[in-house]
Amino acid sequence: MASILAVDDSASMRQMVSFTLKGAGYDVIEAADGVEALNIARDKSVNLVITDVNMPNMDGISLIRELRNLPSYKFTPLLMLTTESSAEKKQQGKAAGATGWIVKPFNPDQLLGTVKKVLG
Amino acid sequence: MTATAEQLDIAPLSTEEAGSQYLTFTVAGETYGVDILRVQEIRGWEPVTRIPNAHDCVRGVLNLRGAIVPVYDLRLMLELDWVDYSAETVVVIIKVRQRDSEKHVGVIVDAVSDVINENDIEISSSPSFGEHIKTEFIASLATARAGAMVMLLDADRLPIAGANSSDEDHQADE
Amino acid sequence: MSIDMAQFHQVFFEESFEGLDIMESGLLDMDPGAVDSEQINAIFRAAHSIKGGAGTFGFADISGFTHTMETLLDEMRDGRREITTDAVDVLLKSVDVLRDMLTAAQDGGEVDQANVDTQSAELKRVLDSRPGQEAPAAVSDGESETVSEATSAPVIGWHVVFRPHAHLMRTGNDPLRLLKEFRDLGDTSVSCDIGGIPEFHEYEPEDACLSWDIHLHEAVDKYQVQEIFDWVEDDCDLAIMEIHDESAPAEATPAASEAPSPAPAPAAESKPDLKLADPPPERRAGVDRRKPSKPAANTSAGSIRVDVPKIDSLINMVGELVITQSMLSMLGEDFDMQDVPKLLEGLAQLERHTRELQESVMQVRMMPISFTFSRFPRLVRDLSSKLNKKIELKMIGESTEVDKTVIEKIGDPLVHLVRNSLDHGIELPEVRAAAGKPETGTVVLNAYHKGGNIVIEIKDDGKGLDGDFLFNKAVSKGLLKEDDVLTQQQKYELIFMAGFSTAEQISDVSGRGVGMDVVRKNINELGGSIEIESELGVGTSIVIRLPLTLAILDGQVVRVGDETYIVPLVSIIESIQVRPEMINLVGGKGEAFKLRDEYLPIVRMHEVFDVSAEHVEELTEGLLVIVEAEGRKCGLFVDDLLGQHQVVIKSLEENYGNVEGVSGATILGDGSVALILDITGVIRLSGARQDDFRLPRSA
Repeated sequence: MASILAVDDSASMRQMVSFTLKGAGYDVIEAADGVEALNIARDKSVNLVITDVNMPNMDGISLIRELRNLPSYKFTPLLMLTTESSAEKKQQGKAAGATGWIVKPFNPDQLLGTVKKVLG
Repeated sequence: MTATAEQLDIAPLSTEEAGSQYLTFTVAGETYGVDILRVQEIRGWEPVTRIPNAHDCVRGVLNLRGAIVPVYDLRLMLELDWVDYSAETVVVIIKVRQRDSEKHVGVIVDAVSDVINENDIEISSSPSFGEHIKTEFIASLATARAGAMVMLLDADRLPIAGANSSDEDHQADE
Repeated sequence: MSIDMAQFHQVFFEESFEGLDIMESGLLDMDPGAVDSEQINAIFRAAHSIKGGAGTFGFADISGFTHTMETLLDEMRDGRREITTDAVDVLLKSVDVLRDMLTAAQDGGEVDQANVDTQSAELKRVLDSRPGQEAPAAVSDGESETVSEATSAPVIGWHVVFRPHAHLMRTGNDPLRLLKEFRDLGDTSVSCDIGGIPEFHEYEPEDACLSWDIHLHEAVDKYQVQEIFDWVEDDCDLAIMEIHDESAPAEATPAASEAPSPAPAPAAESKPDLKLADPPPERRAGVDRRKPSKPAANTSAGSIRVDVPKIDSLINMVGELVITQSMLSMLGEDFDMQDVPKLLEGLAQLERHTRELQESVMQVRMMPISFTFSRFPRLVRDLSSKLNKKIELKMIGESTEVDKTVIEKIGDPLVHLVRNSLDHGIELPEVRAAAGKPETGTVVLNAYHKGGNIVIEIKDDGKGLDGDFLFNKAVSKGLLKEDDVLTQQQKYELIFMAGFSTAEQISDVSGRGVGMDVVRKNINELGGSIEIESELGVGTSIVIRLPLTLAILDGQVVRVGDETYIVPLVSIIESIQVRPEMINLVGGKGEAFKLRDEYLPIVRMHEVFDVSAEHVEELTEGLLVIVEAEGRKCGLFVDDLLGQHQVVIKSLEENYGNVEGVSGATILGDGSVALILDITGVIRLSGARQDDFRLPRSA
């Protein structure tokens, strides 16, 4: 099954994302910030990364930039979790190499729908 | 069985289960009993640490596996004369309930005698003694098969510190 | 798929309360003149997270309320709105309302809807007031645009020209996935334009070089088509054209489909076909790192957050302990007298490890005093406006660590003391000015460690205490006789008497009923002491000393007759052997002795505690332990000193009750119980026995 790296500093969001995806049979790895995520991603290649934007230590946009520069993540879908109001964040994310975004607030069905779409 | 259970309902003994057993012990020649489920342990008398300015019947505190437990002399609680402690003197550690809390207290008695089944005794619920005997914490009288009388104590009504009845007694300075 | 979101609620609430704390302290720190952008960003992020979580976890009202706050904060951080005191006040009150809403949601309680509505209206009022001069001419929203594009002819489908830029696949997007999504919308015909494929020697396998013409024969809403390209709108040239009923596809051959370079910009004019990028509704500062969030001050008393390093050190220590233990038990299996040095070494190791373990465990319970201090900026701000006073609060030593139990119990007494300072201490600005003081009064909260204690000072530069006024008041209340003679210090301490209120009229600030006597009692219960220093017209300083932990105490073991007691080391000034010439009988009643220039009363412990066993009677044969409590010194007369130990404090009240003069008990090395003295109580007891050593009593 596809593996997904879920990155969020908010434990409740992380739990929700992880719980939803695991329920759908995905293999989920959690990370609380960009640094942690990057270390995990270097060790083990995942099929999809879902990251929050505002995080301590390394934010989501920097994480996406770093990941995109890794050879094994050249084409990997990298999604960010944003809110509807942050158009500029989306632009920054895109510029850093993000595939797309999931708009908060979202419910588990929306999350799964998007993930299914991306992972085919 | 039914009859006994009914009597238990009347008696203010807070037994936790029906079909109780009682630990009996002697104080000044009389036999007393307490619900065995209330008995935590029995230990030989060893000197305790005195609590300053406490009521006479508080002999002090001892270390019960790390907890500080006060020790009361049942003779003095019953307002009997004090006698020197001997090799037979024991401290019965019992659980008592006060309002919402549970306390452990030690009660010094002359000697432990027996464990009796409630089937083997006949409980009469209205003890009446002369005025000179403290009765407020004696729940009931019972007669054992051999005809000996056992006074069953209501652990929760023992006149210990914090109890409603005689709190002031114990805390007051002389 | 149905997932019970309730399982994430607890974590969400915890996070949100933390966020509220961050917002509150951030707002309080905010100086309308000069705002640090990181500061307002942190507040914004907290609001933002609460909103996001509330929306996700189904608390629509919370999400909606927070949204308004977020909007306001967002304008502030972009510099589009001036930060006014009014706005900050409204935001602060909104934080309170939000806290109520979250609490209600957490406990399933009722929220005061009227209050929420009032506050929402307040927020909207601020929001609707003209933002600052830098406001953009028009804050347009996407909605109005779509409306204006309404066309008359019925739309039966969409014609989309999609030309990915070369890098599209390197964003993780896949044209095939997008095409598949069209199929989900309805009947689709797609033709591929392979004209973009370069010559083989120029071919870059990672580039996207195909483009597509897509016809969707389904009258879906435009946004559904736009949504498919949501993620790639900047990575491709895109034209979305309506197919009208007259089966004449809009004759817009957008420049975009011809000229690959300057993306949709030139096509933007050819409405209605091209999706416009949403006008950036706001300007944003760069991404900021989030400060590690502070642990919540209001997590329940039942749990404690512990840093992982602290746990790791505990585990290491336990590991060492296990090794030592196994070494000792091996030694014991086949013990030979030759092994004695090894045994001693092992025991020394055991002692060291046990001590370290104890220290580490204590560390786990230590929390910074900022948990308690954090409420004061708000308190001072609110009260000073209520009292029409100008007051500045300074807090020092907020990172000083204290035992969790102390943190929990010291809060209320401190609030009371600070309120007192504000209410009774600091004067009104006019009064201060007239007295030649700066109009703004200062209250300083200072916490620091000193000799195994934590010391908390509450200091103000207010009017100070008037000893004579206090004395007369006590007399008029019948608490003292007119001919009583009190030192200045004793007069100050009158405020600790029950029912003694210095306020000429009871204000709703310093509360009624509960007075300083309760404060002192609470602090004494924590094993601490409280002292007052004051100078009329200059200010008052209240010093609280508390043990760092309530679990362990450094004690001096003393012997009185055949009994041993523990005197807390913190109370001991020194221990001396008296010489006959030092002893003085005061008025034939009490005993005192002269220590340097002071006369101190002697408290015979055997009398106070009624020790009947044989004990030292002659003062010169025993020892005097000079102790100090609540600003009073005296000499405790004991038979002997037996050594100093760190003792674990056990409760006497758990199974027994409160004993005057005794604060608790401990278990000595031999398993026996020793009582720990409560110096204040001992002095009080002795005072009850000695007329001339009467102290103001709260009883």
